[in-house]
Amino acid sequence: MELDVVELSRLQFAATAMFHFLFVPLTLGLSVIVAIMETVYVMTNRPIWRQMTKFWGTLFGINFVLGVATGITMEFQFGMNWSYYSHYVGDIFGAPLAVEGLMAFFLEATFVGLFFFGWDKLTKVQHMVVAWLVALGSNFSALWILIANGWMQNPVGAVFNPETMRMEMTNFFEVVFNEVAQAKFVHTVSAGYVTAAVFVLGVSAWYLLKGRHVELARRSITVAASFGLASALSVVVLGDESGYSATHTQKMKLAAIEAMWETHEAPAPFTAVGLPDKEARETHYKVEIPWAMGLIGTRSLTQEIPGINELEAESAERIRNGLIAYDALMEIRENRGAVTPELRERFEAHSDDLGYAFLLKQYVEDPREATDAQIAMAAEDTIPGVAPLFWAFRIMVGLGFAFIAVMGYFFVQANFRGMRFPRPALWLAVAIIPTPWIAAELGWFVAEYGRQPWTVDGVLPTALSASHLSVQDLLITLAGFVLFYSVLFVIEMALMLKYIRRGPVEDVEETERWMERHAHRLRTHDGQGPFATPAE
Amino acid sequence: MILHELIDFEILRVIWWALLGVLLIGFALTDGFDMGVGALLPFVARTDVERRIAINTVGPVWEGNQVWFILGGGAIFAAWPPLYAVSFSGFYLAMFAVLAALILRPVAFKYRSKREDARWRNGWDWALFVGGAVPALLFGVAVGNVLLGVPFYLTEDLFSVYDGSFYGKFLGLLRPFALLAGVVSLAMLLMHGAAWLSLKAEGAVAERARRYGTVAGLVALVGYALAGVWLGFGIDGYRIVGEIVRDGPSNPLFSEVERSGSWLSAYTERPWIVVAPVMGFLGILLAVAGLRAGREVSTLLWSKMAITGIIASVGLTMFPFILPSTVDPSSSLTVWDSSSSHLTLFVMLVATAIFMPLILAYTAWVYKVLWGKVTEEDVTGPGHSY
Repeated sequence: MELDVVELSRLQFAATAMFHFLFVPLTLGLSVIVAIMETVYVMTNRPIWRQMTKFWGTLFGINFVLGVATGITMEFQFGMNWSYYSHYVGDIFGAPLAVEGLMAFFLEATFVGLFFFGWDKLTKVQHMVVAWLVALGSNFSALWILIANGWMQNPVGAVFNPETMRMEMTNFFEVVFNEVAQAKFVHTVSAGYVTAAVFVLGVSAWYLLKGRHVELARRSITVAASFGLASALSVVVLGDESGYSATHTQKMKLAAIEAMWETHEAPAPFTAVGLPDKEARETHYKVEIPWAMGLIGTRSLTQEIPGINELEAESAERIRNGLIAYDALMEIRENRGAVTPELRERFEAHSDDLGYAFLLKQYVEDPREATDAQIAMAAEDTIPGVAPLFWAFRIMVGLGFAFIAVMGYFFVQANFRGMRFPRPALWLAVAIIPTPWIAAELGWFVAEYGRQPWTVDGVLPTALSASHLSVQDLLITLAGFVLFYSVLFVIEMALMLKYIRRGPVEDVEETERWMERHAHRLRTHDGQGPFATPAE
Repeated sequence: MILHELIDFEILRVIWWALLGVLLIGFALTDGFDMGVGALLPFVARTDVERRIAINTVGPVWEGNQVWFILGGGAIFAAWPPLYAVSFSGFYLAMFAVLAALILRPVAFKYRSKREDARWRNGWDWALFVGGAVPALLFGVAVGNVLLGVPFYLTEDLFSVYDGSFYGKFLGLLRPFALLAGVVSLAMLLMHGAAWLSLKAEGAVAERARRYGTVAGLVALVGYALAGVWLGFGIDGYRIVGEIVRDGPSNPLFSEVERSGSWLSAYTERPWIVVAPVMGFLGILLAVAGLRAGREVSTLLWSKMAITGIIASVGLTMFPFILPSTVDPSSSLTVWDSSSSHLTLFVMLVATAIFMPLILAYTAWVYKVLWGKVTEEDVTGPGHSY
């Protein structure tokens, strides 16, 4: 396929966003874990908890800075590469981005400096509050960016204005309390917590395997496993909530994820595995779980979930509807200042489908001249790539359940089995460190690739959203970002590994003195394993 | 929701135009000294300890300061979507250069002192130089281009077309007047960075900063005066033809604009705006005098006044224009036709009214906690430092 400006812009957005999201989940989760550790320190006054706070805080800092650096690109890329999108929906989409800056970025960025530089300048409680404010800021930023993203999936609280040729906000609260946004927010934040929990668990397991920093490691495991278990459960529950809201907000995405070609009579079965075939419009070798899809999607036994073929026919219908709106829009433009109520009414009656008429712009300059064949092609375009969505979703969900199992196991071992961790379990914890990142990236892939061919579902096609740029422009910036980011990634990984290998270096003497004083309490009578529960 | 009608659309537009200026000034005042320190770093600090002192004067605060830039982007997106869409896609490659420099900077701050290797540290020091100097220069170049007008037009669908050649997107921006504006911007932020170093550092670093800052201040002074004269005699202004609708729909094509007269005619129409350039000139003079006399706190305040005056003078001179077009003047973006909707401007104003005082309060608290000079012991001792 010849890459044009739109394809290259998509590639660039996907690359920079996915790269950005390598750092974000760890920031979200680790900020909270560090704040929890510091709270334990303030409550118990035991130096080891301060040492833990500083050690994990150092790793947090190395990661945080790349999250910030790559986030700069995200804030400006809409205007650079997606200028028509920015014009068309900026009235709604820009607001959460700006509030994110006001409410979240200032908070986390102002206090993160004080977190690192303020140990000697603040009281213990003050410093702990600073740690919580950093965590709060990070998590608020996820809230607002997901409100923005949720609106792209489910554009509520806005209406098209023919005079300004753009969508305009009609109700801010609808945008903020968009059900898609709220479910996505908790799902995404929980995924970040799981990521950090798996990271802390894995690194600590590695220390236990090497017999280093044992006290720090086992306390960290307890925090990670408790926090991780709760978060892993939350990810799956809220993922289910997202699925439920997709049944009425993004039917096509849901049908594509499930490779449901035909509408099945309620309650529909869930296809656990299979080989979706878009050409033949069927899924080969499928293994089905009866009723499951109907229950997940509608939480009822009687409601039907429409299949891809039915939704495609619906799209064709909406395209024809949209053409009426488009025609009225052109007429409104020609008669500016003298728009009759009848004309406005005709436009408004069909304006919800205006975006569907824009789908034809790929095939014909003036959508009103589209042939039936072109309408059929545009309708087919509303089906996203089924097989990639089908598989990405299943891998993500599989990993989500696996995290519950792993976290559950370590939670039980840490709290009820006297902190005895078999070596294979520790090796497993080290081995799975990369997996939450895979799940998180796949999650975004499902959400955004599944939204195609739209940038804003049903409102603005991706093909129309890009800037007036040349392929050459895009190749320069794409190559620049890839090169630049790769170098940064190598540097950050090297530093992470260096600081993990080095282990905690601050407050060492104080912590060791404390451990010597309490040695009798920290070991079992046979001298084998640790005894005291880290909750202490 | 009808609450938003409490404030007229027209007034909200002017408020948001002013807030756009506040954000740019906020960015220049805070992140400006970070950029200035970065750009001065290789010259004012020669040994590793000196460099660490200079870096650690901004170490705890640059992250918060940088948010002014990001918030600026977000606020333009929310309040002036056409400006966001047209300018960032039009200045495409220049924007990329700015982003690359600004991405480099945080990483350099954080990673520089994480290894002992001298080559590693020296490399990051130059990254800090680039991360400070390049954006400082290019922001000025961008402002210069805005005053000159940008070659874009809007289609009937309000799709923005940049009507310049490929090289135009970057090299074409480097027109002589724009370069002069870039020099003013760079010199002004160098002076600001020097004022900051003179306050927060000691000994040789502060000493050298005062010397470089004096020169930078004088360059800014001459450059700013020259740019004013050039603007008066060499560059055409813009004006809206016919009736001006101040609360109409945000569609730039609905008004007719022509290129005529001079930008400086704004000073005969609204004589009070002369206060901005006076603040600019006076601020530079007082800051330079302060640098030479070794005054610390007042010098930084005068430098802030200079920056505020210079940036405000650009906005006030151009009002109501925000982004004029050379190829199709009627596509020009003005305060009256390129804002968000009435409701969005209102909602954003409420959000700003709630959060901005909070931000200013806790930022002030953080600066207070960190008050005092960064010494050699601070960077060589056991505490945290970059």
